[in-house]
Amino acid sequence: MNQSFELPGSYKKWTMGLLIVGAITLLYGFIMYHPFEHAGHEGNIEGTRFWAVLLQNCVYWLMIVNAAMFFIGVTTLAMGGWQVALRRVPEAISSVVPVLGVIAFLILMAIVWGGHDDIYHWVNKDVVANDKILKGKSGFLNPVFFSIFSAITIFLWSFLGYKMRSLSLESDKNGPMDYETGKRWINKNILWAALFIVFFGLSVGSTIPWLWLMSIDAHWYSTMFSWYTFASTFVAGLSLIALFIVYLKNNGQLEYVTEEHVHDIGKFMFAFSIFWAYLWFSQYMLIWYANIPEETGYFKIRVQGPYRGIFFLNLVLNFACPLLILMKKSSKRNYTLLTFMAVLIIFGHWIDFWQMVMPGTMYEHAEMMPFEFGIALLFIGIIMWRVGVYLTSNALTAKNHPFLKESMIHHT
Amino acid sequence: MAGGIKKFVVGCFDDEAVLFPAVKNVRRAGYKIHDVYTPFPVHGLDHALGLRETSLHTAGFIYGITGTATALTCISWIFTKDWPLNIGGKPHFALPAWIPITFELTVLFAAVGMVLTFCYLCQLSPFVKKHHFHLRATDDLFVMVIECTDKTNEVEVQDFLNKAGATEINVQNAETGWWLGRYDREQKLYSELEKGY
Repeated sequence: MNQSFELPGSYKKWTMGLLIVGAITLLYGFIMYHPFEHAGHEGNIEGTRFWAVLLQNCVYWLMIVNAAMFFIGVTTLAMGGWQVALRRVPEAISSVVPVLGVIAFLILMAIVWGGHDDIYHWVNKDVVANDKILKGKSGFLNPVFFSIFSAITIFLWSFLGYKMRSLSLESDKNGPMDYETGKRWINKNILWAALFIVFFGLSVGSTIPWLWLMSIDAHWYSTMFSWYTFASTFVAGLSLIALFIVYLKNNGQLEYVTEEHVHDIGKFMFAFSIFWAYLWFSQYMLIWYANIPEETGYFKIRVQGPYRGIFFLNLVLNFACPLLILMKKSSKRNYTLLTFMAVLIIFGHWIDFWQMVMPGTMYEHAEMMPFEFGIALLFIGIIMWRVGVYLTSNALTAKNHPFLKESMIHHT
Repeated sequence: MAGGIKKFVVGCFDDEAVLFPAVKNVRRAGYKIHDVYTPFPVHGLDHALGLRETSLHTAGFIYGITGTATALTCISWIFTKDWPLNIGGKPHFALPAWIPITFELTVLFAAVGMVLTFCYLCQLSPFVKKHHFHLRATDDLFVMVIECTDKTNEVEVQDFLNKAGATEINVQNAETGWWLGRYDREQKLYSELEKGY
């Protein structure tokens, strides 16, 4: 068993490169876009752009890496055995949560307390006082509640994820477990996974997308929104897992992961792309059908306004492509095609988040220029750096996991 | 029908773990396995038998596409050409409202089509009869059926199966295809035919 995995030099070079490009972009935006300058509503559109792009990226990438721990949680609760051989990969990805969590928290606090009300209109007390709808929601949508709940959420994601990871790493230290020890260890895993999943449902499944994203269009609401966001990040998170698995396999690691496991990850990507489309359509069709002005406002700018192209591109990238390309068994087992699809899905859902954030903040001024991509590269760099650290400092196979054999003989 | 009557050597196994190496050895020895009948789906047996992958899913895709096309053409013709109605001020070509029906027809066509295709491929249908090599194949026995040609030495095959761990071995002349009718009549037919061999 290969205990110590050395990162190839190219990985380190790419990580460094992305971090440098990202840092330069951030610095450029910080200097050129005057993010802390206030010039009244819609007065400082460049500053808004800076914060909107940061918001989109920090929320998107944080929720993606957190989806990896969701994957571990559900497979643990379902007593799944097949994923054990590749379990360290989602673990490594979820180890980024504390880092991105702190970054996201700083960005959210700067947006909410920085006096810049073009992202969240409800942070401005005068606006709320003259707005019946915002006043009605002010028990939930206010900076204090926002800050406290965001802090609790990010802390619990990090802490419960850390418990799950440390349970897994603990099993490496001792030898193979006998029946009783294994049972106790699995039960402990189930307990922490259950706690994580319950809180995940309470945060990602409902409140967090309301607070972080839906409150941009504070007058509008949709009961599908959180599920839609969850589906978006989960399928992108699975794609990220697939990317790292393929990368490690190509570097001769993960010896127990066969194409059967990769096939199953591919099935997940396929299935959750369709699940995402189902939620996308359910949200859209009900609003289209009822045609109530207070609800259609959200889609007016997206379907008939300047975001029309992005809106339909979103559907092509995230539904049509995975549906048609990942449908065949051979394409889910083909590393090259699966890598291509994973990149496409991650990019597609980045676009999805972009069209969630931009119309309500930038109106018709939104851009998708090097600044937007540069910030995305910064976050990708951070993810690559942290995942690289986890992969090199821990064994890549949880060799004492009681279900490892089940995973080794896994056959779809 | 179409199959015709052939001669088979039938070996029964009471354990999966014995069956797998037996299948491997029989294939390696060059005998032609007609089929293996098992009481439940055995993982990896199709691979061990060297069966090709089923095309049932390709058929399913085609049925699904047919369903999608049927739904979209039918609804769009009805609502835009045949009988346009003003429903809540929506455009006549109201695509979002049609998606659920389109989805349902896709699923319906794919599901029904695949079930029928499956029945056709397995030659299953009400009133259709097929020969049972061993009734306990539906209960607890794994039944391997080897097809004999003119040159096959049955005694040698039986010996081979015996060595491979079969608990019960016999030779049967059986109809390979299906027929309409009753088992009792067919049984009589076989007993008559077997005299001829």
